[in-house]
Amino acid sequence: MRQAWIITKRELYAYFATPMAFVFIAIFVAMTGAFTFYIGRFFDRNQASLETFFSFHPWLYLLLVPAVAMRLWAEERKSGTIEQLLTLPITTFEAVLGKFLAAWLFCGIALLLTFPMWLTVNVLGAPDNAVVFVSYIGSFLMAGAFLAIGMCMSALTRNQIIAFIAGSVVCFLFTMSGLDLVLNFFRLWAPDAVVTTIASFSFLTRFEALSRGIIDIRDLIYFLSLISFWLFAAVIAVETKKAA
Amino acid sequence: MTAMVVVDRLVKTFGNFVAVDGISLTVAKGEVLGFLGPNGAGKTTTMRMIAGFLTPTSGQASVCGHEVANDPIAVKRAMGYMPEGSPSYDDMTVRAFLTFIAAVRGLEGADAQRHIDRAVERVVLDEMIDRPIDVLSKGYKRRVGLAQAILHDPPVLILDEPTDGLDPNQKHHVRSLIKEMASEKAIIISTHILEEVTAVCTRAVIIGNGKLLADGTSDQLLAKLPDYHAVAVVVPVAQVDAAVAAMRGVPNVAYTQSETIDAGTARVRAIPKINAPILSDVASAMRNAGINVAEIFQDRGDLDDVFRLITTGAVKSAA
Repeated sequence: MRQAWIITKRELYAYFATPMAFVFIAIFVAMTGAFTFYIGRFFDRNQASLETFFSFHPWLYLLLVPAVAMRLWAEERKSGTIEQLLTLPITTFEAVLGKFLAAWLFCGIALLLTFPMWLTVNVLGAPDNAVVFVSYIGSFLMAGAFLAIGMCMSALTRNQIIAFIAGSVVCFLFTMSGLDLVLNFFRLWAPDAVVTTIASFSFLTRFEALSRGIIDIRDLIYFLSLISFWLFAAVIAVETKKAA
Repeated sequence: MTAMVVVDRLVKTFGNFVAVDGISLTVAKGEVLGFLGPNGAGKTTTMRMIAGFLTPTSGQASVCGHEVANDPIAVKRAMGYMPEGSPSYDDMTVRAFLTFIAAVRGLEGADAQRHIDRAVERVVLDEMIDRPIDVLSKGYKRRVGLAQAILHDPPVLILDEPTDGLDPNQKHHVRSLIKEMASEKAIIISTHILEEVTAVCTRAVIIGNGKLLADGTSDQLLAKLPDYHAVAVVVPVAQVDAAVAAMRGVPNVAYTQSETIDAGTARVRAIPKINAPILSDVASAMRNAGINVAEIFQDRGDLDDVFRLITTGAVKSAA
């Protein structure tokens, strides 16, 4: 764990060494606000809740989280630093975990900086802050799942653009798998059990439950096991593709 | 001498391509082993397998008694490794990068500082320590790579082309640094600059097409040349025939060659039978024949010739 944390610190340093971190945070905060007020018609709804605010998170993550994840391994391979990194006394798992934690913390920082939204509803009314808290946790977990997918895609290529697009597409499939758009395609030929399984993989379904303030242990397990699975996949991807 | 690095029949294939084909070697403390070979010979692949970056297809390597396959972390702790081109995190300053390396190597606080200061001083990087790595020149970047490799004072150092792309002064500096550390470490460097072998290596192996073609000190490698220890004399043209006759009279001379240098002088070379020193015999033969010798010298041989001879397959010799 100690080794992973050293990697985390270096990666965080790398995020903030370029203007990218500030650009990302500014865009994220501005867009969550803009979506909530303009598209979500926050004032017209006349409700002291952040439900609309959170409902846009999956869509924003679809665009922004793969952008955070794309450099994690693709850049290491492109510049050759992967050889330097993996000949230091750390395991591949520690490197993967360290990088993931750095990206996740970075997303967490961006998420925390949306606190003016929370202040706003609290000034205007009396929202259920427990629901808000659970929604934040849910959003953070979902960001982690998006990141784990994006990092695995980044480990498969040395090209950051490909990593970004592949990450977005896989995240999109996971987000949409609960919607009829995706399910109807499977209903045509797959047995019900398969369709139900695919539907149960949906980020949207899980996240909606959390953003209504409902903590179902299965939803937490879902996100955490999804993260574990993709981290594991990333370890294998790094191991097999590192020299290519 | 204890073997610090043992490589046993390493093989690495990429699809149908055999990059490394059964290389075995050992490196002891106090040795500087040079990996010589044309580009694409398998030098870097071999180093990457010893360093634990690539998994061998078969065979094994061990460093300080730890097998790379079973205990890669122990191997990586015992080793300083500089990859080809010494890639380092461009977005960091030299200080931040070396502090990161020190932390991964388990060094913290004052201890880390002491190691960083020493490494930076050894590679003469003091002035650049607070610059971002991406603004450094190639020579300084290489020094950053060297500094991270020697930071924890490892018993084994593996440096992939440490002097590639450096100017003559920088090359000289890196070579003297390697020589300075040589007595207490086992060092492997790869190079395709042959003068480097004579300058820093106690031993060299020549690798071609993934195979170990020769292993020995630079003198032993030179001895593979047919004209190693050949003796040449410069004599007046009028005495060429007499000189040739005198040389042929020396028991160990295999054959002679003569060429005219200018109107008045010519060079006559005596090529010995396999590796027999003939300098003194040729010298006394000249004196006895009363030949007016202007110059006499023994060929030291040229490693470039050995390299070409071995890697182009003109001479097949087992290691």
